[in-house]
Amino acid sequence: MTENKPIIVIKDLYKHFGDIKAVDGVSMNIDKGKVVVVIGPSGSGKSTLLRCINHLEEPSSGEVWIDGVKMTHAAKQLNEIRAEIGMVFQLFNLFPHLTVVDNITLAQKVIRGRSQQEATEIALEQLKRVGIPEKADAYPSNLSGGQQQRVAIARALAMNPKIMLFDEPTSALDPEMIKEVLDVMLDLAQEGMTMVCVSHEMGFVRSAADEVVFMDFGKVVEHTTPEGLFNNPQHDRTKLFLSQILEH
Amino acid sequence: MLTEQPQAIKPVIEFDGLSSKKSFRDLPWWFFALILIAIGVFVVISSNENYNDAFVFIKIGIATTIRTTLIAYVIAILFGLMAGLGRISKNVVINNLARLYVELIRGIPILVLIFFIAYVGVPALLSFVNNLGFWLSDRGVGVLGKIFTAFTNQDISMISRAIIALAVTYGAYLAEIFRAGIQSIAKGQMEAARSLGMSYSQAMRYVILPQAVRNVLPALGNDFVAMVKDSSLVSVLAVRDITQVARLYAGSTFRFREAYITLAVLYLTMTVILSLLVQLLERRLRAHD
Repeated sequence: MTENKPIIVIKDLYKHFGDIKAVDGVSMNIDKGKVVVVIGPSGSGKSTLLRCINHLEEPSSGEVWIDGVKMTHAAKQLNEIRAEIGMVFQLFNLFPHLTVVDNITLAQKVIRGRSQQEATEIALEQLKRVGIPEKADAYPSNLSGGQQQRVAIARALAMNPKIMLFDEPTSALDPEMIKEVLDVMLDLAQEGMTMVCVSHEMGFVRSAADEVVFMDFGKVVEHTTPEGLFNNPQHDRTKLFLSQILEH
Repeated sequence: MLTEQPQAIKPVIEFDGLSSKKSFRDLPWWFFALILIAIGVFVVISSNENYNDAFVFIKIGIATTIRTTLIAYVIAILFGLMAGLGRISKNVVINNLARLYVELIRGIPILVLIFFIAYVGVPALLSFVNNLGFWLSDRGVGVLGKIFTAFTNQDISMISRAIIALAVTYGAYLAEIFRAGIQSIAKGQMEAARSLGMSYSQAMRYVILPQAVRNVLPALGNDFVAMVKDSSLVSVLAVRDITQVARLYAGSTFRFREAYITLAVLYLTMTVILSLLVQLLERRLRAHD
C-alpha cells in the first residue's frame, strides 16, 4: 500500500453559499494516523470544510482525495467513500426510532452486508469500547447527551472507517459530560485512527492533536503543531483568538 | 428529541375519557350522550317495524361502503407516498409533476372529480389505451395489441371508477401529509444516514420514512375517517353503497325519516369507532416515545 501518501488531500477547495465564501481556497494534506484539530471563530468555515471532506456539503470547486481516490459527484462512488469515513455530529443525530444496538447495526447490515448476528456482535463490542454496553437496548431518548454522543461514535466505528470526522462533538454537551466523550476520542487517537476534529476543546488539542489548523474567514491562517500554536503563534489573528479563548 | 413533531391534526371526534383521575365536570359527557343516542336509536331500530325494515334494507350497502373505502384508501396511500416524495424531490420534472397533481386535485370539489374521472377520465384513458393497442397491432406487436384493445368502456364498472376517483383525490391530500411528515424530520437524520454511506433512497427507507410515517399516523387515520364519509359521494355513480341504498329505499317507500336517520346513524357508528381506534393508536405511539 501507499504508506507515505496522505490519506486526505484537499486541493483548492471553495464552498460558497450565495455571496458568503464559507471555504475560500483551502488546500491541505492529512497523513494516515494523524489527529488534526480545526479551530477558529464561529463562521470561519471550519465545519463547512469538514463537511466538504465527505461531500455532505458539495464543494463549489476544488478537489478532495480520500486514500488516493478523487471524490466525484457520482452517487455510487460517493456512498462507497462515505462508508469509509465515520462522522460524528454536534447534535449526535442518532436515529430516535431505533434502539442503541439497532442504531449501530443498521448501516452495517445495509451497507456492509453483515448478518444480524455479526452486526450485533460488532455493535456490542463497540458499545463496550465507548463504555456503555448496558445501554444496548435503550432508546436514544433515554440516554444523556454524553451517552448519545458515545453511541454515535460507536455507530461510526462499527463501519470500520479509515477516517473519523468530528464536527464539534462536545459543543452541545453539559460540561460534566464533555470528558466522557473526549476520553473516547483520546483512546481512539492513541489507537492510531486518522481523525479530523472541529473543536474548541484546547485540552484535547494539547493532549491528542498532532496538527492544529486555525481558520478564519474561510481560509487557513495557520497550520501548525499544538506546541507551535500555544507557544509560538505566527499570526496576529491567531494570537487574538487564542487570547480570547484561553483567557477564562 | 431533536425531531420536531408535526402538529397533530385534530381528529373528527376528540375523546379524552380514557385517562383515569378526571374530575366530575371533565368527564366526556358528550360521549355519554352519544352512546345514549346510539342505544336509543338501536332500540328504536330493533323495536319499530319501519326502522327495522329500513335498517335491514340499507345494511346491504355496508359491505360496498367498507370495500370501496378500504381499497381506495390503500391506493391513495401509494399515490400519496409517491406524490409526497415527489414534492420534496430535487428533480425538477418529478417535483413539478407532483405539485401539479396536488394543486389540481385540491382545487376541485370531490363530487366534481368523481363525475369527471368516471365519465371523462376513465373513458379517455381507455380510448388512449385502445388506440395504442391498435397502433401496436398494426406494427405487428399483436400480443400487446390484443391486451390493450381487450378493455372496453363497459368493462370498467362504476364501482371501480368510484374507487379510482376516491383514490386519486385522497392521494393528493395524503401527499401533503407525507410531505409534511418527511419535512418534520430533522435534517441531521438524513445527514447521519448519508454519512454512513447510505444512498438517498436507503436513508429514506430505513431512517426518514419510519419516523415520518409514525409521526403522521394519526393524520392518516383521520383522513381514513374522512374518506368513509366522502365515500357517500360515490352514490352519484349509482354505486350501491349505504347512501345509494338509503336513497333507493326512501324513494320507493317514502319513509324518508327512517331511511336517513338510519343512514346517519350507520355513518356515525363507523366514524366514531374509527376515531376511537385512531386515538388509541395515537396514545400507544405517544407512550412509545
